[in-house]
Amino acid sequence: MGNRDTVHFSTAGLADIEAIRADFPILRREVYGKPLVYFDNAATTQKPQVVIDALTGYYQTMNANVHRGVHLLSQEATSAFEKAREKLALFVNARSVREMVFTRGCTESINLVAATWGQQNLRPGDEILISALEHHSNIVPWQMLCEHSGARLIVCPLHADGSLNMEEFARLLNTHTRLVAISHISNSLGTINPVKEITRMAHKTGAKVLIDGAQALAHLVVDVQDMDCDFYTFSAHKIYGPMGIGGLYGKEELLLEMPPYQGGGEMIANVTFEHTSYNEPPFKFEAGTPNVAGALAFGVAIDYIQKLGIQNIAKRENQLLDYATQVLKSIPGVVIIGNAEHKASVISFLIDEIHPYDAGTIIDHFGIAVRTGTHCTQPLMDSLGITGTIRASFAFYNTFAEIDLLAKAINKAKEMFL
Amino acid sequence: MKIEEKTQAIVNEFANFDDWMDKYNYLIELGKSLPLIEERHKTENNLIPGCQSRVWLHADFDGEIVHFTADSDAVITKGIANLLIRTFSDQRPQEILDSSANFLSEIGLTEHLSPTRSNGMLSMLKQIKMYALAFKAKQQMGQS
Repeated sequence: MGNRDTVHFSTAGLADIEAIRADFPILRREVYGKPLVYFDNAATTQKPQVVIDALTGYYQTMNANVHRGVHLLSQEATSAFEKAREKLALFVNARSVREMVFTRGCTESINLVAATWGQQNLRPGDEILISALEHHSNIVPWQMLCEHSGARLIVCPLHADGSLNMEEFARLLNTHTRLVAISHISNSLGTINPVKEITRMAHKTGAKVLIDGAQALAHLVVDVQDMDCDFYTFSAHKIYGPMGIGGLYGKEELLLEMPPYQGGGEMIANVTFEHTSYNEPPFKFEAGTPNVAGALAFGVAIDYIQKLGIQNIAKRENQLLDYATQVLKSIPGVVIIGNAEHKASVISFLIDEIHPYDAGTIIDHFGIAVRTGTHCTQPLMDSLGITGTIRASFAFYNTFAEIDLLAKAINKAKEMFL
Repeated sequence: MKIEEKTQAIVNEFANFDDWMDKYNYLIELGKSLPLIEERHKTENNLIPGCQSRVWLHADFDGEIVHFTADSDAVITKGIANLLIRTFSDQRPQEILDSSANFLSEIGLTEHLSPTRSNGMLSMLKQIKMYALAFKAKQQMGQS
């Protein structure tokens, strides 16, 4: 495999995009005989060879069940697994590894909080406050919780530009609000929400705060202590790691109080048929054999990102987003959906009266992967009065030339449908 | 015309096009010339579920022959609906049930065949077959 990865890490991060792109084997692919232009990073990101190698390498050299064995292989696997947890905890600036629970991903993390903290704490008359731009994964678990507990779901509206209406947010926060659940970055509009301010305001009225970080971890610095949020959720596959693994950050004092999520091996301290006692956090919330390979590969993805530097990544992605915004705005008939002052990575748009599905089909044939539809944010689309958008979402390995090709495809779609 | 003859005709038409753009331009033309569904039939009940675009399918039965009309707010979907209606409309229920729509892969539209939420292709087919089944049952019960 070689050490070509270190060659371009040592200089100013993202100077050599071609070398970086060479790290991602899938970017060499063709679709319909044309080079793949991957603009669907908000759905899932592509993986550098080192992350792919970590998955297979684990099974080749280190595979054993964790936390249980005395034999060397088991110790190695356990040590590597816990090292990955430590990396993750450091990456988001958690106070300790006890605050970092491995889950299957962001959706499971949110469901975990709803099923444990939520069930334990919510009563009839309590309120859960979310925003109108939430992904279904940060809506449905709360709806389910409200049905069980008798609590009410309250939705904070947006401004026309897709930013959160903070005046309304302040007005909707009240002494009945027990939880605020908001995304850090909107997957449909790219809006970056003021999560630190939201947390401060929520805490003042006595509410806890869960931030859905699915879209954020890859695009900006996440510091859970600085934010002071109570829970922060994320998925590895959105940050160049594998699918099937993610995390839940929770403040230790909360995790200690919460009942367990799933029952089984690993999460127990002692088991008899009469009574079972539970392990401490984070293990209390990790029943069964974990996705050890996934956790290790997640750690490797974080190493990769840190070598490039999140600040460098953010800078490049902002350049791409600015360029795309400029290019798209210059095409007559193209309307950008979501024009908040602070955005990251995502540009959603419509082309005249052309149905997104029609446009997406043509764009697809140019080798460009964009996403069309509601992006798992049906309520948001309803509130905007549209059936869906075309969404391009960028990562640092995308290029300006690729954006030019998107413009070409859009013009072709206009030609064909108008 | 029998269903197999109709599908062969469609395959022949599309064989004229090598280029994906030409194929889609033709599909778009077909979409624009789709015999339209009557406004009063564009109801919630006639909406095919699970599609990114909205697709309405309406069926009439005179005791022998099923007649389909359809519409969609996405032009490519309309084009595909045109092909399906050309094939399956004005046929007997049993003939509809007995045939498949293999020609879709033969004309290179497989990207519209995937059972994702994105497209109404498979859903339309399913709905057409369900209508045929229902009308066949009606026939057998001696109603019209």
